[in-house]
Amino acid sequence: MKDLEDRQERIDNLKGLGCSRKRVEDARFTQGKGNYVDDVNLPGMLHGDFVRSPYAHARVKSINIDAAMALDGVVAVLTAKDLEPLSLHWMPTLAGDKQMVLADGKVLFQGQEVAFVVAKDRYVAADAVELVEVEYEELPVLVDPFEALQSDIVLREDIKDEKEGAHGARRHHNHIFLWEEGDKDATEQVLDEAEVVAEEMVYYHRTHPCPLEPCGSVASMDKINGKLTLWGTFQAPHVVRTVASLLSGIEEHNIRVISPDIGGGFGNKVGVYPGYVCSIVASIVTGQPVKWIEDRMENLMATAFARDYWMKGKISATKDGKITGLHCHVTADHGAFDACADPTKFPAGFFHICTGSYDIPVAYVGVDGVYTNKAPGGVAYRCSFRVTEAAYFIERMIEVLAIELNMDAAELRRINFIKADQFPYQSALGWEYDSGDYHTAWDKALAAVKYDDLRAEQAQRVEDFKAGKTRKLLGIGLTHFTEIVGAGPVKNCDILGMGMFDSCEIRIHPTGSAIARLGTISQGQGHATTFAQILASEIGLSADSITIEEGDTDTAPYGLGTYGSRSTPVAGAATAMAGRKIRAKAQMIAAYLLEVHDNDLEWDVDRFVVKGAPERFKTMKDIAYAAYNQAIPGVEPGLEAVSYYDPPNMTYPFGAYICVMEIDADTGEHEIRQFYALDDCGTRINPMVIEGQVHGGLTEALAIAMGQEIAYDDMGNCKTGTLMDFFIPTAVETPHYTTDHTETPSPHHPIGAKGVGESPNVGGVPAFSNAVHDAFRAFGLRQSHMPHDHWRIWKIANDLGLHG
Amino acid sequence: MIPSEFEYHRPGSIAAALAVLEEHGDDARVMAGGHSLIPMMKLRMADVPHLIDLQSIDELKGISVEGGKVTIGAMTTQHELITNDALAAAAPIMREAALLIADPQVRYMGTIGGNVANGDPGNDMPGLMQCLDATFSLHGPDGTREVQARDFYEAAYMTDREDDEILTRISFAAPKGGQAYEKQKRKIGDYATAAAAVIIEKASGKVASASIAMTNLSDTPVFSEAAGSALVGSDCGSDAMSNAVSAMLGDIDPTEDNRGPVEFKKHVAGVILRRAIERAWSRA
Ligand SMILES: Cc1cc2nc3c(=O)[nH]c(=O)nc-3n(C[C@H](O)[C@H](O)[C@H](O)COP(=O)(O)OP(=O)(O)OC[C@H]3O[C@@H](n4cnc5c(N)ncnc54)[C@H](O)[C@@H]3O)c2cc1C
Repeated sequence: MKDLEDRQERIDNLKGLGCSRKRVEDARFTQGKGNYVDDVNLPGMLHGDFVRSPYAHARVKSINIDAAMALDGVVAVLTAKDLEPLSLHWMPTLAGDKQMVLADGKVLFQGQEVAFVVAKDRYVAADAVELVEVEYEELPVLVDPFEALQSDIVLREDIKDEKEGAHGARRHHNHIFLWEEGDKDATEQVLDEAEVVAEEMVYYHRTHPCPLEPCGSVASMDKINGKLTLWGTFQAPHVVRTVASLLSGIEEHNIRVISPDIGGGFGNKVGVYPGYVCSIVASIVTGQPVKWIEDRMENLMATAFARDYWMKGKISATKDGKITGLHCHVTADHGAFDACADPTKFPAGFFHICTGSYDIPVAYVGVDGVYTNKAPGGVAYRCSFRVTEAAYFIERMIEVLAIELNMDAAELRRINFIKADQFPYQSALGWEYDSGDYHTAWDKALAAVKYDDLRAEQAQRVEDFKAGKTRKLLGIGLTHFTEIVGAGPVKNCDILGMGMFDSCEIRIHPTGSAIARLGTISQGQGHATTFAQILASEIGLSADSITIEEGDTDTAPYGLGTYGSRSTPVAGAATAMAGRKIRAKAQMIAAYLLEVHDNDLEWDVDRFVVKGAPERFKTMKDIAYAAYNQAIPGVEPGLEAVSYYDPPNMTYPFGAYICVMEIDADTGEHEIRQFYALDDCGTRINPMVIEGQVHGGLTEALAIAMGQEIAYDDMGNCKTGTLMDFFIPTAVETPHYTTDHTETPSPHHPIGAKGVGESPNVGGVPAFSNAVHDAFRAFGLRQSHMPHDHWRIWKIANDLGLHG
Repeated sequence: MIPSEFEYHRPGSIAAALAVLEEHGDDARVMAGGHSLIPMMKLRMADVPHLIDLQSIDELKGISVEGGKVTIGAMTTQHELITNDALAAAAPIMREAALLIADPQVRYMGTIGGNVANGDPGNDMPGLMQCLDATFSLHGPDGTREVQARDFYEAAYMTDREDDEILTRISFAAPKGGQAYEKQKRKIGDYATAAAAVIIEKASGKVASASIAMTNLSDTPVFSEAAGSALVGSDCGSDAMSNAVSAMLGDIDPTEDNRGPVEFKKHVAGVILRRAIERAWSRA
């Protein structure tokens, strides 16, 4: 008994897997002691600011910089002409397209970068921006992707005649690609012969990650030793270093990229922006450090948006609700340049996870990418590449099918779930789902919210509404989502040719503490907390004795960065694997110290113990010391390891979310009465961090579903460029969330973990949206586009004749 | 979000402030809490070479309730409107409305004077002042004059105030009867989609008098005399309310924006007014 207690105490001391350890980074964040890019201040530093286009589509007739240059304190004004000799007036995008760094002859979206002013002072830079005179000739604007595909108006004159793009044939001058997956003919045949087919256009509107900290960079070119140091808001610092080297010709060892603390990324900080390039060029030209920090409006109007997918779906089923096929055609509005951040071979990301949690025998997806006069982007806003679009699509199609079948939507899901014994499951669109137990999660969720009681209450409410006793409707929003995260296997996932592995390098110090460096970069996810926990459980040193460091390319091993919930699945796995290498060497050292054979030892929490003789052991601390102070035959001194991990497969987290919403049919206001979120992310490393991630992700999902959008008028003016109109919920709008879990480990991940940061955004949006739809189901609503802000909900009610 | 250069002045008296105003003419502008003006300057929609901060002028601060008359200094913050017990007793609608303005952080800085002088149709106080039939005191080079809130607003950002005048105080008779301020907004910190201020006096079970003003439904606040009249003499039942709503709809002129199309705003204006009337009546 005493031994067991002692062992439990040793486990607890590690603060390893499963421990709700407090986040070690929060002490500095909550006290304003974080160190962000804008906190970098170097001697002689200059400040950059952009002249941006007021028009969505215009020819740039002339740019006159004389007045700006005459202003005291202005050092330079860069235009495309200045960048052209360096071939930097355009830059490659992650999606195989190219993008203007500064307007080259024309502008293609409102807010596009036209000239870059460099001044001694941030205020002077802003004044000089006003003095740059740009003469524009307005051109007709295309904001509708369907119209763009028909129109004679040519947006991208630079590639007008190119019939082949980075992802195959282009059939129109505003067409980017058609990307297809699945069996089209077979799917169409199934649909033709089906007993029931539901068809719907599901639009996932354009929105924006809007991180608290906007984007920015500080470039410092040291002309004496030829080294460029670049601080920036980068979710993938190593990739930035490689790109910067390829673009600038500076050898990669002479470039150091540092992502300091990052104030939220959510996909917005994956791409490469003109501001980064301009700050580098300006520093090279002036020989002085140059800082560029955008403001909120610039962030919303010009950096990467998310979503904007028009998804035309057809789903077929038997009369009793067994789904037989799924067909989807997407019209994807990519804006002025194709700057999506997806693995190279996947121009629509992992959208083909759109069969969701269901066993659908045959399916087809086709995605047409289209240019319009809108900001470029198309990033994964707290989701793995296009997964949230896919989840929204299938979860809406299920609801529409339930209406078509006159069936309960919870039951329809239940009879179509992939069964626990079908895993690993081959989906019709080519994925191999690693593990899952959807029925268990679903039943738990329905029981937790007392689903049948809710439906009874709803039926009563509908009656009361019809009888004029209430003006409030009740919606029950269901979602069972399947995520696909952890990109990914190098064999099919890369970014600009870099395989999407990740890495961890560990050094154990003589006194038994450690530092681990990773190729990822936290933007609020709490890596310093959770990766130390993974390692603590692997190597038997307390998480409190392990420093986690990321973001400096001079010290961290190469990695592909943090987005797409890939850090735990990939870098977390690398951490575990590197930890195991440490343990393997430690075992040899322990064997030497204990004068036994390696095989006579077994690992026990924080030590190697001689089998059958528990009193003879060496702790990891003892071993670490020995590694540095003893000459051990056949064993190199020191205790270090590095692992580059190429995951064999993605991981497939899933969850069941239920939202209960009250809706005022007259004002369009809503109130979320209950939100239940069950997440299964495999092995749970830190339950408290998971809960925090779920709360944050759900709140973003609430924002997206209920009001947040990047909207344009017909002239291509962005109507939602400030936080007055771009909805970010406060504590007041945010409901209480009930979190829950099941735990189905990933069979191929070293510790069975799957990733969770993005699940709540992926699953939350359909849960909120389905609640709105469900409230009006009894009155005949099938589909209404998000965001469900007051007037749009009012319009649903009005169109259904509920205003008498 | 960086303003152009400006000179900062912080006079200690109304006279001193007027002197700076006079010296710099169009180039000068007074600042109260700055929570409307500074964003405009940062967006470079307002160019203010000489900014006159009124915060050190004690004469402009404070709330007094005497002999049924409420007087509020222009530099009184919205937070103070909420926490002043005498005001809450004399005119509970002030507190109710102030609590629906922006968020606590903005209310610590934003003032009643700035709110009514600004002339933004989205501001909540102007409509409420019209409902209360408040009087604004303006201090200019030629002395002081008084203007009724109901006569003050001309168009968006255009008021009866001359550029060289400072709003010093606001006064109104403590209202009798039931009061209610109702506002629909998209989120905390948002201006109204529609808001209604209603005061109803009751005598022998009937409406003796009613005052109704609407916010953010035209380019100025809308005091709807007709809507008030529609209630007078009635039992505030559903017909009377419908009449009041129709009358109000005849007086407003909303425009489409991100909050929604005109038809929606009119619908919400009706719903909000009905709710405000019901609540005011229940308190009358
Ligand atoms: C996020 C946010 C949300 C908000 N939401 C709301 C809301 O829901 N409802 C609402 O009503 N308001 C709202 N506001 C506005 C806020 O209440 C402002 O503070 C208020 O409108 C202006 O008051 P101020 O003291 O800040 O004035 P300032 O910004 O200092 O001044 C506003 C204007 O009035 C003029 N002015 C100020 N004082 C005087 C004076 N004594 N004499 C002559 N002219 C003067 C100034 O020259 C300026 O033109 C919001 C503001 C923010 C930032």
